[in-house]
Amino acid sequence: MNLLEVSGVVAGYGETEILHGVSLAVEERQIVTVIGPNGSGKSTLLKSIFGLVPPQKGQVRFREEDITGMAPEKMVHKGLCYVPQSNNIFPSLSVNENLEMGAFIRTDDFHQRLEEVYRLLPDLAGRRRDNAGALSGGQRQMLALARALMLDPVLLLLDEPSAGLAPNLVNSVFEKILGINRAGVAIVLVEQNAREALGLSNWGYVLASGQNQLEDRGENLLKNPEVIKLYLGG
Amino acid sequence: MLKEKAQFLVRKWKASYSVLVGLAIVLLLAFLSVIKLELVVNGLFLGAIVALGAIGLSLLYGILNFAHIAHGDFMTLGAYFGLFLLGMLFPGIGLEGTGFGPFTFGYPLFLAFPLIILVLVAIAIGLDIGVYRRLRHRNVSKAVLAMTSLGVAIALRGLIQVIWGGETWQYPRLSKPFYMFPMEVRIPPDNLFIGALAILLVLALYLFLTRTRMGKAMRATSDNMELARVSGINTERVIWWTWAISATLAAIGGILLAVFQAQLLPIMGWRILIPLFAAVILGGIGNPYGALVGALIIGVTAEVSTQWLNPGYKTAIAFLIMIVTLLLRPRGIFGVRE
Repeated sequence: MNLLEVSGVVAGYGETEILHGVSLAVEERQIVTVIGPNGSGKSTLLKSIFGLVPPQKGQVRFREEDITGMAPEKMVHKGLCYVPQSNNIFPSLSVNENLEMGAFIRTDDFHQRLEEVYRLLPDLAGRRRDNAGALSGGQRQMLALARALMLDPVLLLLDEPSAGLAPNLVNSVFEKILGINRAGVAIVLVEQNAREALGLSNWGYVLASGQNQLEDRGENLLKNPEVIKLYLGG
Repeated sequence: MLKEKAQFLVRKWKASYSVLVGLAIVLLLAFLSVIKLELVVNGLFLGAIVALGAIGLSLLYGILNFAHIAHGDFMTLGAYFGLFLLGMLFPGIGLEGTGFGPFTFGYPLFLAFPLIILVLVAIAIGLDIGVYRRLRHRNVSKAVLAMTSLGVAIALRGLIQVIWGGETWQYPRLSKPFYMFPMEVRIPPDNLFIGALAILLVLALYLFLTRTRMGKAMRATSDNMELARVSGINTERVIWWTWAISATLAAIGGILLAVFQAQLLPIMGWRILIPLFAAVILGGIGNPYGALVGALIIGVTAEVSTQWLNPGYKTAIAFLIMIVTLLLRPRGIFGVRE
């Protein structure tokens, strides 16, 4: 049984259609990476799954349940969390408050989870009271991940978590993602750093002009001559 | 990492520092008898009333991202609904009185507050459901929303004029002697009540925004509405809370304005709109604490200007401050560069 099943999703902004029928499947505890050139619709695909850009056609099923076009604030109740590529923290709130917002829908005591998340991402633990806007780029990305982890999701949608980071930070972000996955969280990863992302993925999709182009096991895509030529820089 | 934090603190410190230097200059001028200290002090009370409106305006701007032009007329409505209660309904059922303690107004004013707040909150949320939410869901621009609120402002003022006419009214009051302080500072006792209530409300708002779940969600929504939704925050409910808080502050501000000026006019809220916007812009749009400081500066400047200028120019002074701010530092005193 697939955890997430996206079939034939058509979506876009106003008159502009970006996704022309995209399909994707994720099993429990998998990392699935979506790569593709700029403008191929990778980010829109995640937004569409999460209800930020509701699909005009097609279906999104999570644990067999039809969640197509459900509002994002309801989506988190189902066990999905999403980290946008940019503007993914609340800059005027403290680090701790950012995490409290991540747990907003929990009305019970979530302090145990808070400590778990700080243990997972220790860079943040020392800066709990600081304004998130004062964090460095790498720490911001960690905080964005941490916010989404507060609800202990079953599936995490990550939109280019390594965007704009220095190479040494990119590796540490991928390490964290792998750590999160090992703890049992399935992940859909949209990435520009295709080589690193596919290297840690169970399965990979290549998207082009809003359509599925290729899909295979991560390691096979890394060896595919066409993928190497187009997306892995020869 | 440390450097970034240091820069952040310096930026914060610089803003507070410039305000303190400004305050020091004003006090120095007062002690050198260039300006009357009395005007400075009473300007702070006017500023406190402006602050109650400006804080709500700033919160609304932060969450809904549009300039709520009807905010001044919300204040007028609060003041006039107070007139209805104090001048008609309450005396009708035997609740009458003036000159409570050292103040000009009577105890019924305290009974009027909760009722007026309830009505204003209901009107604000009703307008959101009936008008603004529909427009929001059609993704209209913020200019359209602002123009709509201009229409609401004119409609509200028209309604007030139809019901109460254009003439000047007063709450039932009893004239009281001013308090005398050193350096020829005379303060009407009512002003101390206004100041104390404003401080209490600002404190309550601060605690709400920093200590409660909904308050934090409001700040989060103001930072980034999409991320708030992604986090599971029901932003429509946050918007209602924002309207409720802004309407509460406007209602109280309107009543206090009627007490401060010892008169009610249908145009009273419209006249205070420019000081409200000047305070919001001066403090940094969307920052409620900035709006408070901005309002105090506007209040003092406007009041002190009457030493040389006809009091009718008070609004012009606020307008001047707004223009100078927009020219020199458009993000305001506490605004952070985007």
